Amino acid sequence: MKIKKLLTSAALVCFAAQLSAGTGKLAVDEVVRKANNAAYYGGDDGRSAVRMTIKDKLGRVREREFTILRKDESDGGKQYFYVYFRKPSDVRKMVFIVWKNIDKGDDRWLYLPALDLVKRIAASDKRTSFAGSDYMYEDVSGRGLGEDSHELLEGTDTRYIINNRPKDADAVEFSSYKVWIDKQNFVPMKTEYLDKSGELYRTVEALSVENIDDIPTVVKARVTNHISGSVTSLEFKNIKYNIGLKKSVFTERYLRRPPREARK
Amino acid sequence: MKKIGFYAVALFFTALLTGFNATAAAFADIHGFVEAGAGYRTSDDPHEAGRSLSETRLQADLNGDMGPGSVIIKADFLYDDMEDDHSVDLSGGEGWLDLREFNFSFSPLDFMDLKSGRQILTWGTGDMIFINDMFPKDWVSFFSGRQSEYLKAPSDALKMSFFSPLINADAVYTPQFDSDRYITGERISYWNGTLGAIAGRNAVALTEKPDDWFGDSETALRLYRNFHGVETALYGYEGFWKSPAGMSAGGKAVFPSLRVLGVSARWNFLNGIANAEAGKYDSMDDRDGDNPMIRNGEVRFLAGYEHELMKNLMLSMQFYTEHIEDYGNYVSSLFPGVTAKDENRRLLTMRLTKSAMKQNLVMSAFVFYSPTDKDMYLRPKVSYQASDSLFFETGANIFGGENVHTFFGQFTENDNIYFRVKRGF
Repeated sequence: MKIKKLLTSAALVCFAAQLSAGTGKLAVDEVVRKANNAAYYGGDDGRSAVRMTIKDKLGRVREREFTILRKDESDGGKQYFYVYFRKPSDVRKMVFIVWKNIDKGDDRWLYLPALDLVKRIAASDKRTSFAGSDYMYEDVSGRGLGEDSHELLEGTDTRYIINNRPKDADAVEFSSYKVWIDKQNFVPMKTEYLDKSGELYRTVEALSVENIDDIPTVVKARVTNHISGSVTSLEFKNIKYNIGLKKSVFTERYLRRPPREARK
Repeated sequence: MKKIGFYAVALFFTALLTGFNATAAAFADIHGFVEAGAGYRTSDDPHEAGRSLSETRLQADLNGDMGPGSVIIKADFLYDDMEDDHSVDLSGGEGWLDLREFNFSFSPLDFMDLKSGRQILTWGTGDMIFINDMFPKDWVSFFSGRQSEYLKAPSDALKMSFFSPLINADAVYTPQFDSDRYITGERISYWNGTLGAIAGRNAVALTEKPDDWFGDSETALRLYRNFHGVETALYGYEGFWKSPAGMSAGGKAVFPSLRVLGVSARWNFLNGIANAEAGKYDSMDDRDGDNPMIRNGEVRFLAGYEHELMKNLMLSMQFYTEHIEDYGNYVSSLFPGVTAKDENRRLLTMRLTKSAMKQNLVMSAFVFYSPTDKDMYLRPKVSYQASDSLFFETGANIFGGENVHTFFGQFTENDNIYFRVKRGF
């Protein structure tokens, strides 16, 4: 028995050594994966009321209010999003559903209540403005990890820093982006996007993080567009996790007839 | 006015059933808009007024939960300067009140939804082209420059929906036929086959509409399922042609019986959205196609593709065809002197939408072109969302054609430009 145990622990040591030899590559993927889970996969499902304030460089303000419902098939896997708009009046009662797929383009639908019209939206315009804000559709549902190559840069005491380059440079408007990730809870705290000429043009920041149901959650965030001078602030309220959302909520049935979870 | 009474009674009983407190509390959520619209004809039509649009409307949208279900009331209060008579006709959408929605919906069973009352209904995959969507359209609003939401006219119907992992089903029962709000000549001049000329207010179409409650009903069915992102559907409809499609012995335009069977699919394709839809129109009162007074059956087909050409610029294209069945019988039965329609009418559409200034400025152009009818219809539009509540829009409806009897060619005297300002609350 003893010999067996010894052998086992020797094997374990060898395995550990192999692991640390490959640390560079493993570590960056691990950090990116954990950060992605922390940012987009809290709990098995969740709900939040969002207030979005868009301020242009002349100080003109626009406001958006909506509810987001989310359900995950698995951490890092397929996800469903449901967005129910409340404000302003021209988008009120509109519903937007995304099926975020890992191995192919997302499926997306928009419901226009005045026409009772279920409109399907092409997946290609993910990097366009979400509801006229500085947020993009892709910021709402997350960017596929396989779409960029990731490099772990020298971090700080509290932050990992990852540099990301798009594998298909023509598909996006940035040349690269850098993410600062909290070493404690893996929440991405800041992202800086460089444009094609290498200039900083867009910053996304988490301004306040709270533990909700023991899940570190961004409750205030801000996006700054350094070229247009426009700033979008987000506040997340009434956040709840693991509320037992059914998968059917993310289908045409509830696209046409928003559930109370979304309207309340 | 009868229908208003019907709704009042319906609401009263709902209130009784669910408790008055709930009713009172339910309607805290009121939204809507006020809007003023003006439109002018750019060509001089001897049969029509110089203006094409002149109205102010207030839309009030009330939503509330009542017991296990929810109630929506959406009403447009309208001052239409084009009309002399402001008395209310709820079915035709005429007068000072256009009741857009007044319905109660709830889920009696886990796998079932019911929506009863006045509602807007839409299904199918076309963009401004409808094959299996047999719910009423408002062509007068569409061609005279009202907001695009007014293309759909309300139905007074019961919608039952059933859901299962295998298949979903919608059944819509309309106890009294709801026709389109069709072109009569009052606002838009049209080809009048009897006169053999373009007619307007001089020859407003007189119609005989099926209007028996329960006798002249409509039933529409849809079975649908999403196969990993590919949306597929089967459709059935039993009712009437939605716009006039024949002539009675007394010379009135009629809405003959119609049965439609169809299919559709929509899916992600090469970074865009592809769709295809087909329908077989069975004209039940003229199944051999040899009655010149009633429109023949047709087979309709549509294929479309939409994708982002470049950032903030969407392009969508559609190919559509209408094939007249029993064409030989149709041609040989025509009265002498009447121009025969082509056996196949083909239509191409293209829509370009450019958004700028954070989607606050949207410019779009929608063009319909028929190589067989040799006619076209262009809808350019510019919208500007000046603030969260203030909205401006201007656009035009432009028709062209070699002949005056084709679908768009008949409207060539109706070119118009319009302008509107809207404030939401």
